[in-house]
Amino acid sequence: MSPPAREEYARHEQANVMLARVAGSLYWMSRYLERAENQARLIDVNLQLLLDFGDVSDELLKAHWLPMLRSSGDEEQFFKLYETADSESVTEFMTFRGENPNSLLSCISNARENARQVRDQISSEMWEVLNDAYLFIQGANSKQIWHEGASAFYDQIKRYSHLFQGITVSTFSRNEGFEFIQFGKYMERADQITRLLDIKYHILLPSASDVGGAVDTAQWHAVLRSASALEAYRRYYVADVFYKKVVEFLIFDGSFPRSLKFCCQEMDHLIELITDSSPEANKAPAVERFRLFLEKLSNLTVDDIFTQGLHEFLDSSQVEVGNIGGHLYNTYMYFPPVDLQAEIRFHQQQEQQQQ
Amino acid sequence: MLFDQYQPEDFFDEMFASGSDVRPHYKAVGEALNDVSADEFRSRQTAVETAFMRGGVTFTVYSDSQGTERIFPFDCVPRVISAEEWDVVEKGLIQRLTALNLFLHDIYHEQKIIKDRVIPPQYLLSAKHFRREFMNFEVPKNVYVHICGSDLIRDRNGQYLVLEDNLRCPSGASYMLENRSALKRTFPELFQAAGVAPVDNYPTELLKVLQYCAPAKFRGTDAPNAVLLTPGVYNSAYFEHAFLARQMGIPIVEGRDLLVRDHKVFMRTTAGLVQVDVIYRRIDDDFLDPSVFRADSLLGVPGLVNAYRSGNVSLANSIGTGVADDKVVYYFVPKMIKYYLGEDPILPNVETYLASEPSDCSFILANLDKLVVKSANEAGGYGMLMGPWASKEEIESFRKMIEDNPRNFIAQNPISLSRHPTWCGDKFEGRHIDLRPYILCGEKTVVTPGGLTRVALRKGSLVVNSSQGGGSKDTWVLKD
Repeated sequence: MSPPAREEYARHEQANVMLARVAGSLYWMSRYLERAENQARLIDVNLQLLLDFGDVSDELLKAHWLPMLRSSGDEEQFFKLYETADSESVTEFMTFRGENPNSLLSCISNARENARQVRDQISSEMWEVLNDAYLFIQGANSKQIWHEGASAFYDQIKRYSHLFQGITVSTFSRNEGFEFIQFGKYMERADQITRLLDIKYHILLPSASDVGGAVDTAQWHAVLRSASALEAYRRYYVADVFYKKVVEFLIFDGSFPRSLKFCCQEMDHLIELITDSSPEANKAPAVERFRLFLEKLSNLTVDDIFTQGLHEFLDSSQVEVGNIGGHLYNTYMYFPPVDLQAEIRFHQQQEQQQQ
Repeated sequence: MLFDQYQPEDFFDEMFASGSDVRPHYKAVGEALNDVSADEFRSRQTAVETAFMRGGVTFTVYSDSQGTERIFPFDCVPRVISAEEWDVVEKGLIQRLTALNLFLHDIYHEQKIIKDRVIPPQYLLSAKHFRREFMNFEVPKNVYVHICGSDLIRDRNGQYLVLEDNLRCPSGASYMLENRSALKRTFPELFQAAGVAPVDNYPTELLKVLQYCAPAKFRGTDAPNAVLLTPGVYNSAYFEHAFLARQMGIPIVEGRDLLVRDHKVFMRTTAGLVQVDVIYRRIDDDFLDPSVFRADSLLGVPGLVNAYRSGNVSLANSIGTGVADDKVVYYFVPKMIKYYLGEDPILPNVETYLASEPSDCSFILANLDKLVVKSANEAGGYGMLMGPWASKEEIESFRKMIEDNPRNFIAQNPISLSRHPTWCGDKFEGRHIDLRPYILCGEKTVVTPGGLTRVALRKGSLVVNSSQGGGSKDTWVLKD
């Protein structure tokens, strides 16, 4: 009987080894927390946006909230739990429902659970922030705080995420683990920015004639604020919020840390660090494909995107980001579980041969 | 102030010799605490609990379907041990562990202690944790038990007694360390006058022990690769595993992270397979290797036992140490000390009756309502009958079990455990305590000055286990 596939032995002297499982947990910890932050901002901004509308009909509410559920793929699960999509039900679903894998509660619990798996690897300060966030959101009075002031509630969630990132930068050694944490963060952010823009695409669909109107401007303001980008945008364009410019800024800006291009460039840099720039790793089809995508991001203009179709572009970007993330995960952070029964038989047989 | 109403009652009280007469080694603590008002004490006590919750210094409650995490309740009044007292305890523990290691070597080799009729053979050969497969196996550096946590209690006269030895995977050392740092933050003023021996060396000493016990075949020039093997994040002691691994700076691994090839153990890292030399395992023998022991274990590593036997990896503790903390074998430890070391035991056992001895058995069965009965291989306060407090049904069910399988039971006279002032909501009251010190055996045997004092928080209760309403205290050993 032959042993299961042999993996390459690293040299014993290697200091600073990191278990693949640990790398995976650091990556997911980081992704989940980033997702929570984006989600919190998205809900908060959309609640505030409704205030601009004045009187709102049920239909308008539905049109407002449904695209958000669609963009994260949670629509079906939502209607299993609620009859109507209004502010109360959707925000509750996106915040507190454990049945929703993307709710803030789920994201923060998952981030913390992953951190718990690697408690020995992260600093106590990092752990404490995640644990605080968890105790905050699943605590007995979190719903009360939320009812009393949703905005303050979501602010608190964002603060936990910011705090966590700051603490990570100042307490975590610049080793492989740091690279996996950063990779997870930028990958999630890149994914979220495409989803955020896609929500706006859905909103635009029913009445393309509204483009440029007051409501439309308010919507694009909201998009920018959802990406924490309004102030940066204003500094950059010193102009009115114009939808093409917004899309251009959030996709192509090379210096704003939440734009698609910025995130992808960071990912590219991290891929080099994680793979040690090894020639084989660079030749992996997924890596080559990602480099092509980056090139495309450098050459395309916002007009090209609108010609091609914003939705189509965002869709394909999501696929690209997911593809490279999956490749890195499967190559460095995940070992397929051993076939335990085969292992047991293998060792028992070896034992018998010895006797 | 806080102690004005305190009543030591009819027990050995650690702090008060009588009435209001504070024992000399508690003077400094007593004075400092007397300056604190009840409100102040309460708010500091709450602050500690919040800090533990935030830090995730918790254990998981099994019985609860949600796997709720709870903090291990902590009481801010420290337990103080004088230097002279500790000197005796320390010597006694070293003596005991030395004898136990000699015993383990003996019964896995010549079995002289049986041949010389000090221990009847049937007791050893029937012991649940005796590992026949390891007869004549040479464990690295001849150390069987690297980490030992023996439970000590004090009787009505203040005499220290050994209640049981934990020679497999004793837990709780992380709480010893966390309790100390919590109390330092909460009541810094208590420490100033007292002169407390530090405990923070424990992880360093533990790492030294692990490295010292590297396998004979280890030829590396660097330090050997040590890892901590945990059953995983859902284990109730996971916090401790992560804590100790972090303090020692070694990776914490699960069974699925390890792979055995060519009788060597490897961990699966981002850079491929890396060899492991020493495993501090927090998994019991039974679950260690499904190709040898329990095949249904999903926690273990197939091939690990064979790698260990081939001398390519060390395990701390070694396999098969459980035979020496069997409660029936416990009965014979004083005889072992005499036999191997030619010394009288410094720390006596609790007087014990063996149900498998016909004369003891009839005594036990006639006095079930007065004795404490324990099954030989249970830990954590399970499988126990507390005769004086038990219902008729419980007593009858134990009677049946003892008659069916006498080898599995021992009985002891109930000991009136010493008591200690403990915060009970608005004032101090006496609560029963025990002590679990940690003994490490590598190049030499060292006892961390202190340990984990567990306290039965329920009024009148003698059960200190965390799973059953127990809490803990910081434990001070005073410097001379």
